[in-house]
Amino acid sequence: MHEILIEKKILARNDEIAARNRKALSGKGVYAINMVSAPGAGKTSLIERMAAELKAIGIGFAVVEGDLEGDFDSRRIERHGIPALQITTGRACHLDAHQVSHALPWVFAQTGIELLVIENVGNMVCPAEYDLGEDMKVMVMSAAEGDDKPLKYPAIFAASEVLIINKTDLAPHTDFDIKMARDNALKVNPYLKVFETSCRTGAGVAEWAGFLAVAVRGKR
Amino acid sequence: MSITRSLLDAVRAEMDKAALKELRSVSIRVGELTAVEPEALRFCFEASIKGTPFEGAALEIEEAPLRGRCKDCGNVFRMALFERNCAGCGGSSIEIAGGNELDLVSMEGV
Ligand SMILES: [Zn+2]
Repeated sequence: MHEILIEKKILARNDEIAARNRKALSGKGVYAINMVSAPGAGKTSLIERMAAELKAIGIGFAVVEGDLEGDFDSRRIERHGIPALQITTGRACHLDAHQVSHALPWVFAQTGIELLVIENVGNMVCPAEYDLGEDMKVMVMSAAEGDDKPLKYPAIFAASEVLIINKTDLAPHTDFDIKMARDNALKVNPYLKVFETSCRTGAGVAEWAGFLAVAVRGKR
Repeated sequence: MSITRSLLDAVRAEMDKAALKELRSVSIRVGELTAVEPEALRFCFEASIKGTPFEGAALEIEEAPLRGRCKDCGNVFRMALFERNCAGCGGSSIEIAGGNELDLVSMEGV
């Protein structure tokens, strides 16, 4: 019987590939965000809304979509003139760095791209642990969820730089308390930058897009 | 759960490196601030190794507590979930100093 001491990160292999992705993206001058959320938080609608705002600022972007099946979301995004590639994850509940590495040649073949938006699979657990090589992790939660979500899933809120509270137009019709959600999130991660958006009215999207544009341009 | 698959991939690579044929046990460290629920992980691990060369291997999980480090006085302390004040100096600039671990610690085999 042999006992072997290892002391390595379980996700070391994923982290290595993520570091390579980050370097490749950086080399091409592409800033990347990884958007994570529970299912149905409205990430695709938010990206559709971001299209007009980012176009107005002059930032070209492409979208890589992780989805359990189908290409419905990418076709929605393409209707806005945004190149979108769907990665079908099959049974896996999240994207990993290896899958994203295979999408990068497609990303680099697009013209006029400064930003890559990676729309992760709707899941609050695994995406917290899998680095994809992004520059910014963006958590999207909707007012249709519980305002105590940050306390129930602290890992994903602690790992994100930005929190977007989406579907704020629903808040008056539910017992979701936006201020409580914000306070709970900041309790978990006091460095979070929080935005409130509604894809129905468009409220708050310009502010978020403006912040993102500064981050994208700041990388150059 | 994907973490289980990543764990088994990492174990397989280490076993090849050490030329082990059979896995008896594997020991991991899971931080309190990860998205990984130890009992769910154990359940998933046991289900995943059925009918594989790893069948019967034991999984030992060491849970690593959430710890904070005070940026003002350097005090490292066991942090109650989302506490933001240093017990030493009362400072509120706290960075996370532990609790994010997801480590493969060791394994036993023949
Ligand atoms: Zn202190």
